[in-house]
Order: sequence, then C-alpha cells, then structure tokens
Amino acid sequence: MSDSQVAAAHGEVNNPALLHHFAEPQQQRDASSLGMWAFLATEVMFFGGLFCAYLIYRLMYFGDFGAASKTLDVKLGATNTAVLICSSLTVVLAVWAAQTGRRMMLVGNLALTLILGMAFLGIKGVEYKEKFEKHHVPGASFQFQEKIPGHPDQYANPQHAQIFFALYFVMTGLHAVHMIVGIGIFVWLLFMAWKGRFTPEYNTPVEMGGLYWHFVDVIWIYLFPLLYLIDRHP
Amino acid sequence: MSEHSTSSSLKTYVAIWIALLVGTALTVYASGLDLGRFNAAVALVIATIKATLVALFFMHIKGSSEKLTKLVVISALFFLLILLGLAMSDYATRAWT
Repeated sequence: MSDSQVAAAHGEVNNPALLHHFAEPQQQRDASSLGMWAFLATEVMFFGGLFCAYLIYRLMYFGDFGAASKTLDVKLGATNTAVLICSSLTVVLAVWAAQTGRRMMLVGNLALTLILGMAFLGIKGVEYKEKFEKHHVPGASFQFQEKIPGHPDQYANPQHAQIFFALYFVMTGLHAVHMIVGIGIFVWLLFMAWKGRFTPEYNTPVEMGGLYWHFVDVIWIYLFPLLYLIDRHP
Repeated sequence: MSEHSTSSSLKTYVAIWIALLVGTALTVYASGLDLGRFNAAVALVIATIKATLVALFFMHIKGSSEKLTKLVVISALFFLLILLGLAMSDYATRAWT
C-alpha cells in the first residue's frame, strides 16, 4: 500500500466527508443507513402499540367508533394524505438531486418539502380547532350525540366515542410531533444544502432525513383509512 | 451512475407518486361502497400496497445491496405481527366463551 492510500484509508487527507474511524465512504454511508433503519424499526414498535390499542377498541366498540369516525372531515384528511404524498415525491427528488450534484434542485425540493410539511400541520390545526368547537376533545367538556351508522334509532355511547377521540388525538398528535421533528431536520438540511455542503460524494444526511420523512408518510398512510374511513358507506 | 439510469429513476418516482395519489382516491371511493365486512380489509390492503410502494421505491429498499437493511425491515414487521397477531387472537376470540 502506498503512502497516499494509507493516508486515504485513515482519513488523514483533507476529506471532510469521511470520518477517520471509517475505512471508506461506502462503509460510512452503510453504517448511517443501518442505524437509521434500526431507529425506524423501534418507531414501528412505538406506533405499533397505539395501532394495537386502536384495533382492540375498534373491535369492541365498532358501532361507536363508526359514529365517531363519521364526524371527521374526509376531505381534509384526504387532502392531507395527498399533501404528504407530494412531500414524499419532493424528498425523493431532493435525494436524487443531492446524489447527482444539482444544488439548486436540492435546495428547491427541500424548501418545497418544508412548505408541504407546514401545510399538513396547518390543515391538522384546522381539524383540531373544529374538535374543540364541537366538544369532541376527551375530558370534562366532552359531548357526543351521534347515531350509530346503520342504526337510525340508536345513539352511540359517548364513553366509547371518547375512547375513539382519545386514540385519534394521541395517534395524530404523535404523528404531528414527528412531522415537527422532520421539519426541524429539513430546515437544517436546507441550510446545509444552501451552503453547498452536500455533493455526489457526501449526501448521507439528505438520504437519512429522507428515510425519516418517508416513514412518517407511511404512518399517515395507515392512520388516514383507520381513523377517517370507518363504516362510511350509506 | 449513468445519465440513462438517473433519468429512468426520475420516471419511476413520478409513476410511484401518481400510483400513491390514485390509491388515496381509490380508498376514499371504496369506503363509500357497502362491502359488508370487507370494507376494512379493502382499506388495509390499499394502505399496505401504498406503504410497500413508498418503502420499496422512495426508501430504496428495492435495489439496495445492503442485506442488513432488509433484515432490519423484516425483523420490524415480524415483531409488529407478533404484537398485533397475539393481542388480536386473544381479544377477537373472547366472545366464544
């Protein structure tokens, strides 16, 4: 091995993209990727507990859950699903732009992702506001007087509907917290991309931020039909 | 990465994006139909197809040479299935007693 190869192998040459404890850029990238996927696996279990609680109560109180689900706004929910899907496209375009060294395309797509992410939270905020106005927030002021779908003479049990709204707020709330964290990550990525820190040789942060964003999108893909679309048919 | 393969991956991304939007419209449409017990199954199948498309193409599991990534993904799904499967096999069969 020549001197220059030894220097390269130990990262002693001036290469800010390669930390000294990695042998080569590919190994460094794979280590980041594996760490990110392991984190996402723990996130699957984190949300999995809530999905499990949701499934158990939905099975027990299906009619009441149907009545509660019908008070949600499908148009806003579907719009938010489309907004997140569009943001996933801009994220994957940003990763592609970083890998092919297109700086302005990277900056533009990161900015678009941020705008779409904030639009999602804005629409979510409109929905939360409506819940407060209708007294559909679990707690002392909770009120619920809706009929069970398919049973025009039977009112839903407000206690059971309250469980639906508790799950609704915890699941969409935890998802919204993830969105806020994602927006923080993307503000940082945008700043770094603007400074030109990402190159075809070094773009792992964009890729890992993208993995996180797509994961949060996948969670919403399940939350939307499970919360908004129970027993909707006439 | 050649210029040809990069432009074809852009086409794939746009195609997946359209498929995801169509899937969303489809799940809203299907929820308005009376399919009896199958409404929930249809909604979950569409959601799973959409999630799989995102994971395979947007999160680049397809084409990834890292076998460890696939191992982590499969482990996560396996333990999620244990969590949901065992809990539901308990609660769903309690009415039999």
